[in-house]
Amino acid sequence: MTMPTQRLNRADLSKRLVAKLKHDEAVVAGIGNTNWDLYGAGHRPQNFYMLGSMGLACPIAMGVALAQPERGVIALEGDGSILMSLGCLATIGKVAPRNLTIVIWDNGIYQITGKQATATAGTTDIVAVAKGAGIANSHWVRDEDHFEKLMDRRFDEGGPMLLAVKIDDKPGPVQTPRDPSLIRIRFMQGLGTSRGGALDA
Amino acid sequence: MAWSDTLLKALKDNDVRLVTYVPDNVLTPLLNGVTSDNTFRSVCTTREDEAIGVVAGAWMGGMKSVVMMQTSGFALIANALASLTVPSQIPTVMVISERGTMGEFNVGQHLVARTMRPVLESLGIAHHTLTDEATLPFIVDRSIKQAFMTQASVAFILSPLLTGGNPAGNAKLK
Repeated sequence: MTMPTQRLNRADLSKRLVAKLKHDEAVVAGIGNTNWDLYGAGHRPQNFYMLGSMGLACPIAMGVALAQPERGVIALEGDGSILMSLGCLATIGKVAPRNLTIVIWDNGIYQITGKQATATAGTTDIVAVAKGAGIANSHWVRDEDHFEKLMDRRFDEGGPMLLAVKIDDKPGPVQTPRDPSLIRIRFMQGLGTSRGGALDA
Repeated sequence: MAWSDTLLKALKDNDVRLVTYVPDNVLTPLLNGVTSDNTFRSVCTTREDEAIGVVAGAWMGGMKSVVMMQTSGFALIANALASLTVPSQIPTVMVISERGTMGEFNVGQHLVARTMRPVLESLGIAHHTLTDEATLPFIVDRSIKQAFMTQASVAFILSPLLTGGNPAGNAKLK
């Protein structure tokens, strides 16, 4: 499938994604605008917002997916970030956790550092890369309706699904609080793995 | 018992169920033990920082894990440790086979190995160099328990004194 030409909006699709989560699904969001727009869609206890470690949203999400195979887990990652760690797509293709979904927000720029072009702006096709890495259930998203339909059917193929979305260059309007311990503790409360006892009440 | 069996027993006794790794010659007996034992889920990743990400997610999801790598792989993970696991207080247990010392033949290994302990020190990560089977169970068992209870990472460095070094490299030494 060829890359779509229509540009969608990350904040809008993040809201559509969150609206679909009815089973306490875990969402791991990569650095910068990716997690700001997830935060902007309304905080949920099962959200993990990355502050550094660029490129590790998918590996972290896979770790959650392996530890909790009955929970749906979604990784949100930017094009610059996934380009930094394309190898993880091969690992995910090989391990094939059926409860893992990956969404790549592809604006073709390193948005936060001054809009320098990424390889996806010209040559690299993330869906082709993901398919080649072994994630057969990988798709370019055409429009908002297509995104919602694909999300609804993400478990149909019995393996991980990857969606890549061409998005505009609108930055996230709000920023996630930068407190890594707080983010981790709240996430573990959301996953039911916190050791906080009465402190969590 | 071989050193690798002694180490695997300590991991099992501490409820470690997931091993992520990038392979190394010295680690081979450990990795063979992991992949042939259904107690463990094992994931061979493409890079060591990816392996750190997977165990960080697994720990937050309630599964205890370790990462295995060689010294040169450790040189790839400073950012994952400094910007993810250490500030988030995610305990990461690392088993690192030590190259670059006591008979290294490869110049590409000997210098990168010297970056390992200073990086661990600068991040405040406890590290123990395992040199013999007699003290290994005590060090590993106690330090894993400490790591998970205090939510602080720990590195176990497998010295050639314990492992005999890289078998392929030993044959090259003149």
